[in-house]
Amino acid sequence: MITPTDETELAAVIDQAEGPLSISGGATRGIDVVGTKVSTRKLSGVTLYEPGALTMVARAGTPLEEVQSILAQEGQQLAFEPADYRGLMGTQGVSTIGGAFASNSSGPRRVQAGAARDFLLGVRFVDGRGAVLKNGGRVMKNVTGYDLVKLMAGAYGTLGVLSEVSFKVLPKPECSGTLVWEGLDPVQSLRVFTASMNSPFDVTGAARLPEQEGLPSKTLIRLEGFESSVQYRMRQLESKLDVFAQPHALIDADALWQAVRDVEPFKRHVGAIWRSSIKPSDMPSFVERIPGEHLVDWAGGLVWSLLDPSVDLRDLRGEIGGHSTLVRAAHGGQAFARFEPQPSPLAILAQGLRAEFDPRGILNPGLMG
Amino acid sequence: MEMPTPDATVLSQKAQLVAELSGVLAADAIISDLAETRAYECDALTAYRCPPMLAVLPETTQQVAEVLKICHARNVPVVPRGAGTSLAGGALPTADCVILGVARMNDVLETDYDNRIIRVQTGRTNLSVTGAVEDDGFFYAPDPSSQLACAIAGNIAMNSGGAHCLKYGVTTNNLLGVTMVLMDGSIVEIGGAHLDAGGLDMLGVICGSEGQLGVVTEATLRILHKPEGARPVLIGFDSNEVAGACVSDIIKSGILPVAIEFMDRPCIRACEAFAKAGYPDCEALLIVEVEGSPAEIDAQLTKIIKIAERHSPVALREAKDADQAGRIWLGRKSAFGAMGQINDYMCLDGTIPVSTLPEVLRRIGELSREFGLDVANVFHAGDGNMHPLILFDANQDGQLEACEALGAEILKLCVEVGGCLTGEHGVGVEKRDLMLHQYTAEDLEAQLRVKDVFDPKWLLNPAKVFPLSVTAARRSI
Repeated sequence: MITPTDETELAAVIDQAEGPLSISGGATRGIDVVGTKVSTRKLSGVTLYEPGALTMVARAGTPLEEVQSILAQEGQQLAFEPADYRGLMGTQGVSTIGGAFASNSSGPRRVQAGAARDFLLGVRFVDGRGAVLKNGGRVMKNVTGYDLVKLMAGAYGTLGVLSEVSFKVLPKPECSGTLVWEGLDPVQSLRVFTASMNSPFDVTGAARLPEQEGLPSKTLIRLEGFESSVQYRMRQLESKLDVFAQPHALIDADALWQAVRDVEPFKRHVGAIWRSSIKPSDMPSFVERIPGEHLVDWAGGLVWSLLDPSVDLRDLRGEIGGHSTLVRAAHGGQAFARFEPQPSPLAILAQGLRAEFDPRGILNPGLMG
Repeated sequence: MEMPTPDATVLSQKAQLVAELSGVLAADAIISDLAETRAYECDALTAYRCPPMLAVLPETTQQVAEVLKICHARNVPVVPRGAGTSLAGGALPTADCVILGVARMNDVLETDYDNRIIRVQTGRTNLSVTGAVEDDGFFYAPDPSSQLACAIAGNIAMNSGGAHCLKYGVTTNNLLGVTMVLMDGSIVEIGGAHLDAGGLDMLGVICGSEGQLGVVTEATLRILHKPEGARPVLIGFDSNEVAGACVSDIIKSGILPVAIEFMDRPCIRACEAFAKAGYPDCEALLIVEVEGSPAEIDAQLTKIIKIAERHSPVALREAKDADQAGRIWLGRKSAFGAMGQINDYMCLDGTIPVSTLPEVLRRIGELSREFGLDVANVFHAGDGNMHPLILFDANQDGQLEACEALGAEILKLCVEVGGCLTGEHGVGVEKRDLMLHQYTAEDLEAQLRVKDVFDPKWLLNPAKVFPLSVTAARRSI
């Protein structure tokens, strides 16, 4: 494994590569592309942090935990809640900030605060030609030229290898409250999600943990802010949803949200793991149609499914739109394409971008299509 | 303003082009008479004007595709136009171009509250998107000052922001899907009602690409439920530095206001004279707005006032009701109008790290004296998006040039302190030649390659965003 210690070394590695490179940060997502392994994990360290401007700049290989602990000292956080995939994927290693952005890893707060890509302000990266490039900056509003920052978020290193990222951070709320309804079916859960999201109460999480080991399903709604405000909004939502049995009202139920974010209920189960981004209102018919277990996040818009590994979920979706990613195939083998193939004009554009940024096709080749 | 020399071959084909376009558009959708094309000679950057060869006003995505296909075959440059409110010259024509206006495409195609989206044709104005859903308690968050007039098409092209993006983000954070027509006439669908479009983040790169990658004809936008209420507090200070420090302290405190607006003395005075909002006469003024229930608003404003009091404010006025809130916003919202009454002005749009605010304001003051032109500052302080307004007299020889030179220096200053040339208006023609101050030639080349993929013939809005010298080879193919 090659572990460059600065951007110049990284550029040299890519420039001089004679074949495919398997790019990773902390390698916690279990993505294994054939090629010489290159990791950014030694490009490490926070280079700038301005709490009063809500911005941080860090080298791509900086451990996520390091970023989070520095932010916590100032009462701030990464609002997009990047997941820790180690449990689900059975991987070792240390999650990195570059990996979180390269995979656009966004947790439950996606519904209110946005995705990882919405927080990424600037990038430095090395493209497939070995050129060191930058785009964006470290300010929150920037429309100077094309937004390659967003393009790099979620590109899994296929257009370039991130060497440094600058991003927006947010204050960590003083208080987090969670309403928990037990035993609702998916249709009822969706009603809770919709009523909560379509309220003025600024919901920051709407998820459903499946039944497991004889315990009923849990439908969760999160509200964050100053304590008196959280208490007020919990009461308001409870009364708005009084057709259902009274929910439990918990304060600081971080473990529950971590279970959602990291898909903990599926981590010790054998089977394929799929992640589907769908229209929220399609959630009940999606879980009814796809045989398996399902964990729901993003108010219905994200479904994690544990399936028989011989089944291609995409074949079963029918008229339900969106897209599905095969996050974990059984026994490490990749039975189906990881990412959903795209329709023709879009696929041609994506192919064109890859050819421009990585003309030799050496950066995680084949990973995204 | 240097623009490419009109292509004589293209100009000579005007009659054939009109004939061909007549096959796909209604007669009144093709504007070819010089007197009428003049209506499209500029956008809101009125210092630069040039009537286009033709303007067309299609009504459907299919018509847009047909128009582009015809222009593509004849190598005719196309400049897409929303409502023509760009402050950066994003819709400025060239003499050999076809202006493709989406003004007739303004329908709401779908409102879906269960999924919190609205799908519109992109000629619809920003404010009328909110207008379509507000009776049901929803709104569309990006709120550029021109929202009454500006079109969603232009908002997407420029990735428009507004006063409330500190909390709600800019256009790119609220755009879930598009129908876009490429220059060759092919129609691409990206994203939709689901939160994350799959594959590479094409929506991200299209948003803010200034109409150079494709013509977006339909958009799926995220709508949000309105908060219970919102109220601002107005705080006056006797120095810009202190006001800047107060902004930083508010942000650090853990409160996230929906807006923090900043005005300096020249701006306060002009607004006061124009709108009579009752502003205090002081060096710097902040408007900080928070949202929630009445009790939540009280609690947040109390905290903000406590922070402000540590900075010895010279004025402090909390809006107690909607009427008082309206008065506090009145002056701010009429700032540009107020300036327009007393002078010609040029509005800049650089963004800086919030921490550099006091230093940047001081240096803008120095530059202003050096160039002999007054600068008034009004801007979104929470996210560092400056709007220095340079006042000049267009009828006085040399003042426009001096104003442009001062503007360039101020924008270079923004880049120097770690910021950027434009936060929400776009590069257009206005800031094109400053791009090499922010990016290296190689950084720009990477952006040009993106356009190569979407528009290999470089026909869509080709003279914008990048210095002409940088794009010359590509444009002449």
